[in-house]
Amino acid sequence: MKEKKLIRLNNLLLKIFFIAFMTAISNSSYSDEGKIELIKNDWSFKGIIGTFDRNSLQRGYRVYQEVCSGCHSIQHLSYRNLSEKGGPEFTLDEAKAIAEQFEITDGPNDEGEMFTRSRRLSDKFASPFPNVQAATIANGGAYPPDMSVLVKARKGGADYIYSLLLGYEEPPAGYELDEGIYYNKYMPGQKIMMSKPLFEGSVEYSDGTQATEEQLAKDVTTFLVWAAEPHLEASHKMGFKVFLYLIILLTLVYLSKQKVWSRPDLKEDSNQKEETFDKVERAATEYEGEDPKTFR
Amino acid sequence: MSEDKYVPESKLAQWFDSRLPLLTLSHHLRGYPTPKNLNYWWTFGGILTFFLIVQIVTGIILAMHYVAHVDLAFNSIEHIMRNVNYGWLIRYVHANGSSMFFLAVYIHIFRGLYYGSHKPPREMIWITGLIIYLLMMATAFMGYTLPWGQMSFWAATVVSNLFGAIPLIGENITAWLWGGYSLDNPTLNRFYSLHYLFPFLIFALVILHIWALHVPGNNNPIGIDVKKNSKETMSFHPYMVMKDLLAMLVFILIFFGFVFYAPNFLGHPDNYIPANPLVTPEHIVPEWYLLPFYAILRAIPSKLGGVIFMFASIFILILLPWLDSSKVRSAAFRPLYKKFYWVLVAMVILLGYLGAKPPEGIYVILARIATTYYFIHFLIILPVLGRYEKTDPLPTSIFDPVLDEPNIVDKFKKTAGEYEGEKVDTFK
Amino acid sequence: MSNEIKSKRRDFLFTATYTIGAVGVGAAIWPLVDQMNPDSSVKALSTTEVDVSSVEPGKTITVLWRGKPIFIRRRTKSEIDEAAAVNLKDLKDPEKDSDRAKNPEWLVMVGVCTHLGCVPLGDRGDYKAWFCPCHGSHYDTSGRIRKGPAPTNLEIPKYEFVDNKTIKIG
Repeated sequence: MKEKKLIRLNNLLLKIFFIAFMTAISNSSYSDEGKIELIKNDWSFKGIIGTFDRNSLQRGYRVYQEVCSGCHSIQHLSYRNLSEKGGPEFTLDEAKAIAEQFEITDGPNDEGEMFTRSRRLSDKFASPFPNVQAATIANGGAYPPDMSVLVKARKGGADYIYSLLLGYEEPPAGYELDEGIYYNKYMPGQKIMMSKPLFEGSVEYSDGTQATEEQLAKDVTTFLVWAAEPHLEASHKMGFKVFLYLIILLTLVYLSKQKVWSRPDLKEDSNQKEETFDKVERAATEYEGEDPKTFR
Repeated sequence: MSEDKYVPESKLAQWFDSRLPLLTLSHHLRGYPTPKNLNYWWTFGGILTFFLIVQIVTGIILAMHYVAHVDLAFNSIEHIMRNVNYGWLIRYVHANGSSMFFLAVYIHIFRGLYYGSHKPPREMIWITGLIIYLLMMATAFMGYTLPWGQMSFWAATVVSNLFGAIPLIGENITAWLWGGYSLDNPTLNRFYSLHYLFPFLIFALVILHIWALHVPGNNNPIGIDVKKNSKETMSFHPYMVMKDLLAMLVFILIFFGFVFYAPNFLGHPDNYIPANPLVTPEHIVPEWYLLPFYAILRAIPSKLGGVIFMFASIFILILLPWLDSSKVRSAAFRPLYKKFYWVLVAMVILLGYLGAKPPEGIYVILARIATTYYFIHFLIILPVLGRYEKTDPLPTSIFDPVLDEPNIVDKFKKTAGEYEGEKVDTFK
Repeated sequence: MSNEIKSKRRDFLFTATYTIGAVGVGAAIWPLVDQMNPDSSVKALSTTEVDVSSVEPGKTITVLWRGKPIFIRRRTKSEIDEAAAVNLKDLKDPEKDSDRAKNPEWLVMVGVCTHLGCVPLGDRGDYKAWFCPCHGSHYDTSGRIRKGPAPTNLEIPKYEFVDNKTIKIG
């Protein structure tokens, strides 16, 4: 019987697929064994209407400024962003004062000369190095990545950055490290060229928050999440409204659809007219629960 | 389109319609008879039309702000994300819209496969649909290059190098595609231009696709022909419009879940690193919707072979109406086909999974098994099934009581089993 | 009776669906329209500081502000007197010179003809001040329209003297 053979073939294929899939799955868990679970944090910006912790963002900026900005640029942020809604929300004057700490080469002026002036709100963040090559050579051959979208450019996002900052430890016995390379258990390959950046009290917080290592890491990560997604709060806010709206509309469309479908289609061919009329009546009766004669 | 001649009511409308029959067209579209038993898998045509329009509208807007230059492309995207009013929203809708578009198109295609919508007399719907799908892949691939991130650059490099596998002229073709000796500014500019053009070609083909659909009318879950303008059909408006709308809203809800809460979930983090021709990312993966084909490409241990098999896996589908020789359309009455169908679905999903894994060890072996099955399914199983499969008795109407009581079908089957050797079709 | 009510309720359902649907479509269109408005980086560039210490009396410098030319003229005594002496009744768009130039020595104007947006030429025309070559509008030493098709005087931007030699526009 050909058919029986086909059934047997099908069963065999299903078995092959099942085995293949199980092997693939178990294999993938095997190859991921080297990876360490990231430290999960209870971020305030997660969730349906998650927002940033303003104070944390402001502290995070200080950490970036005092610790990271020596090597890492954030070239897509402007100083005006610091005072914009949904961000650290420094006052306009505070943001101006921050901008004025940095200089920029502008020009040419009327004499054709370039000149330096202090930065304004509309200017981009000052970069520590003029270009990628300069940054690379100054850092022993490893380019300190621009931090504008760093959180979005790393698997694990905020949790990864947070874990990495806290992941420095002594290498296991017998683990060889070259000069200028450090051990970090969250870095893919565990070797990192950035030395441990955060220590308790690295930055003095003016608002009285204890500058523990975890706090510093949390604040600067929050700041970097905002830097990568400055409209995150707007997105959550709009998303919430859109969902409410869609649920209302969905309900209405569902009810309308039910009503429309409870009316039979009247556009049918002539020899079925009689039957149609019966159906109309029946549907009307069922639907309205009333005397069909009064229908329409 | 065997409807009565439509004559508008007012004189003015008659004057207009006899010169440009838009009113007749509208009348036809509204009254277009659809089988009453269409299920929700039939709503994806409407959903796809919606996403095509969303992609074109948001795409035109993004083009107002985007700069197609290797030094500025990445920055202009950041400019859109940060400075342009609602730029972040429009870009995320466009990026996630493409994924939703593909999700819907896969459901649409697999629905067609299950219910036999590719079978006569609907071959041209199937073929125009496949051309649309091919253009969609080309459009999506070129669009993914535009942000000029690491994944953009390397995915485009890898894919354009595929053409280098063609004997003798391969090198010339890649150079022609690139407009240089590697992927660079000329490539970005031409990809941008074509990325803008293709959606309009798709739009035109969608019109042909719908036109081809309106000649024989819809297939349906039972797969038998329905009598047009009978009680088996109902007019497209308002019945199907309302149903499509409902399904569309559910799909949009999922879509906006991605847009607002996980906009980068379907993307790859490496694409937020500006393109660097000196460093290749550890794993190059295409967008999820191209993964099965990528797995087939890597399953074949020769460059040219991989390319041939990858393209063959798509083009084989064009022959499907003739490979699948069964007279019965719907899988509902093809017990064996139904089983093989799910094996195919499983294998394609497996291929997608493997496409995202590194091409080593067990993954390659599994990809070879799945690829082999993919081709066997279309080239051997379907033609054989058409000849030897014992199909269940078909009802005479989509309202046949047979359909209301599954037990009756079982009884039929039992009787059929007793009559083994006899053609089941004669049971009608 | 109740039949009517029911049919009304049905109508209400459809009306509500259409209305809510239309509101949604309208709301969805707004971002598509608003994206063409000046973006936040453009709006942020709204101030320019100009060093005017080297401008001699009787000379004009032109600087760019929001993509438009700004005329900054250090007027001579005779120009100031001429501008102040004009009878307001003779003007198409009556404005006192003292309202246009807070510090009479300095005249700061947007150098765009109010007719159709050309840039007027300096030291030309019937009033030896500004003259638009496109359609022949003549402006006086206070930048007021005196003759020709332009409807209003040259626009005065928001500006202030930061110190003796620096003007901040915007």
